[in-house]
Amino acid sequence: MDWTIFTTAILKEEQMMNETTIQNKTETKTGWEDKIQRFIWFLQDKFKTIQNPGTESGVFRAMVLKEVSDHIRSWRVIILIGIIVLTSVGSLYTALSGISDAAKPGSSEDAFFFLKLFTLSDGSLPSYFVFIGFLGPLLGISLGFDAVNSEHSRGTLSRMLAQPIPRDYVINAKFVAALLVISVLFFVLSFLVIGAGLIALGIPPTPEEFLRIIFFTLLSIVYVALWLNLSVYFSVRFKQPATSALAGIAVWLFFTVFYPLIVNIVTKVLAPSQYAPVRTQYLFEKFKFAIMQVMPNELFSQATSTLLMPSVRNLGPLTMEQVQGAIPGPLPPGQSLLLVWPQLTGLIALTILCFILTYITFMRREIRSR
Amino acid sequence: MRSKIIEIKNLTKKYGDFTAVDRLSLSIGKGEIFGLLGPNGAGKSTTILMLMGLTEPSDGQVSVCGLDPVRQPIEVKKRVGYLPEDVGFYDDLTGFENLVYTAKLNGIPHREAAEKSRQLLTRVGLQEQMEKKAGKYSKGMRQRLGLADVLMKNPEVIILDEPTLGIDPSGIKEFLQLIVRLSREDGITVLFSSHHLHQVQQVCDRVGIFVEGRLLAEGNIASLASQLFSGSAFSVEARIASGDSATDSSGMSGFSPENLTGELRKIEGVENVSWNNNTVNISCSSDVTSEIARVIVSSGAGLASLNKKEYGLDDIYYRYFEGGTNDE
Repeated sequence: MDWTIFTTAILKEEQMMNETTIQNKTETKTGWEDKIQRFIWFLQDKFKTIQNPGTESGVFRAMVLKEVSDHIRSWRVIILIGIIVLTSVGSLYTALSGISDAAKPGSSEDAFFFLKLFTLSDGSLPSYFVFIGFLGPLLGISLGFDAVNSEHSRGTLSRMLAQPIPRDYVINAKFVAALLVISVLFFVLSFLVIGAGLIALGIPPTPEEFLRIIFFTLLSIVYVALWLNLSVYFSVRFKQPATSALAGIAVWLFFTVFYPLIVNIVTKVLAPSQYAPVRTQYLFEKFKFAIMQVMPNELFSQATSTLLMPSVRNLGPLTMEQVQGAIPGPLPPGQSLLLVWPQLTGLIALTILCFILTYITFMRREIRSR
Repeated sequence: MRSKIIEIKNLTKKYGDFTAVDRLSLSIGKGEIFGLLGPNGAGKSTTILMLMGLTEPSDGQVSVCGLDPVRQPIEVKKRVGYLPEDVGFYDDLTGFENLVYTAKLNGIPHREAAEKSRQLLTRVGLQEQMEKKAGKYSKGMRQRLGLADVLMKNPEVIILDEPTLGIDPSGIKEFLQLIVRLSREDGITVLFSSHHLHQVQQVCDRVGIFVEGRLLAEGNIASLASQLFSGSAFSVEARIASGDSATDSSGMSGFSPENLTGELRKIEGVENVSWNNNTVNISCSSDVTSEIARVIVSSGAGLASLNKKEYGLDDIYYRYFEGGTNDE
């Protein structure tokens, strides 16, 4: 209640300010003054929609539902889901066939059978989490690359924008819908893997394992959301869906193939000699670690491997001093999560960055018919 | 005087150095059908986008239904229906489903939306094709569906951008009649842009002529002609039977082109008289054809033919669009 009074007071004040500026506007009107003015109006509108959502939320829901049904019906998504389901079945199979060898009695890790289903591989096929790290970006790109430009080329975008909806609903709905599809898919896959594990192993997962699997699933969703946002940005930026798909794939290829190569070359050049002081070597290792962190896929693989392998106790270089006295053993889930917190924030920050970029580009765009 | 529903003052839109719309001032009354006529690239679409708040003006004020589209785009869009040029629909949905979706975007609850969509489809004559996928619609059907789509929100104003583009002639006629009927039935103000003058002439109460971002003239067809042709709305072309032979055979005297010119100029309303061999062109502000005929005959000249020419939109169009571009 207090809050509403407060905001209405602010709005009134702003309105008064606006009125005075409108009067001034005719006399002295500079470009940036005008921009600030428009920004204030925009914020006011946002305030109003937050204050009385009412029918607006119904509209947004209708848009999201339509996008979701578009996704589900499209051949593209069906094919992609097919690929992902097949690979996860494949990696599950290899994990299951190798699991009896992996479970050595007495080792500290034998308590985590279920996590092994996600990480184990006999070499013929990569493990489940590696697959998700590899195919996730592809899924994200394919869900978003034609989000806005196909609407534009079909001539539906200008019709939609002529309806009384805030413009950002269009991209928000696209994003939320794709995210919903991804979330459902990943949760279903994770639970299916757990279910298959239950049948094959005959023992239920411990709460800790379950928690770790849920964290892993959420992390994969964030990771795919990053690529989704990137490709939505490209779909706003480029008029042709083919161009935006290619741009998305180019970024993905750059980070998975070329960036590590470049890092390799750079670090080779910069590498200190074997006889350099420890401090130099330590700093060099730190630097190497830092430049690898730029890659979203590196962030993802570090975070997932930490979450799925409780025995991973640290990421990045450590000195002997730091390791001294540490007892090797699995970490509790809270500690693992703490360990990957920087990676997680990094991924979320990148996602938000892409989204903001999309937002700015789209809101300023003049939409002409076709 | 009718109340104004759209008011534009000194509206300007610049893209870099290029001025798409240059200090446009225009007002449209409630219930009027206004035609925005101009060649391609004259700035018609840009003006419409600014009216809808889909692009920001560089300068000037716009008011639609008393609202500022820059400031309250959503409120404006609740009242104004806009049919973009070459409108598109979701091809994999039926025409009916497309309309229901639009209804939902307008915040209409599901049951009501279905009811209303059915009603509107009947109104635009698409009841037979309701369950057909929009991708299979012909261009004319798509435009009708577009009209139904625009009417979904019970608009006060509808803005149609080149609505007749790509439809066959009989389709155009039907479509225009549909617009007029809907406008008259519901008292909707219609603003439509076109570069096809005949269509505009058929249905519009008032026309604005738009060239290179400027409004050259506005008004109904007759007042347009008088605005553009500086008062000479009529032109009479008279062919005189060869003057020499007339004097020789009948001995009639007193005829000379100079005299005739003088006589013609005396008629009230005649503004200019010019000769071209045996034809004389007389431009006048009112219809004085009979007077001209009398003067020519009584001057002793043989009147071979007399042609009254009224300026239609055609002449206005060609004179301004083509003349205008050649001059500059």
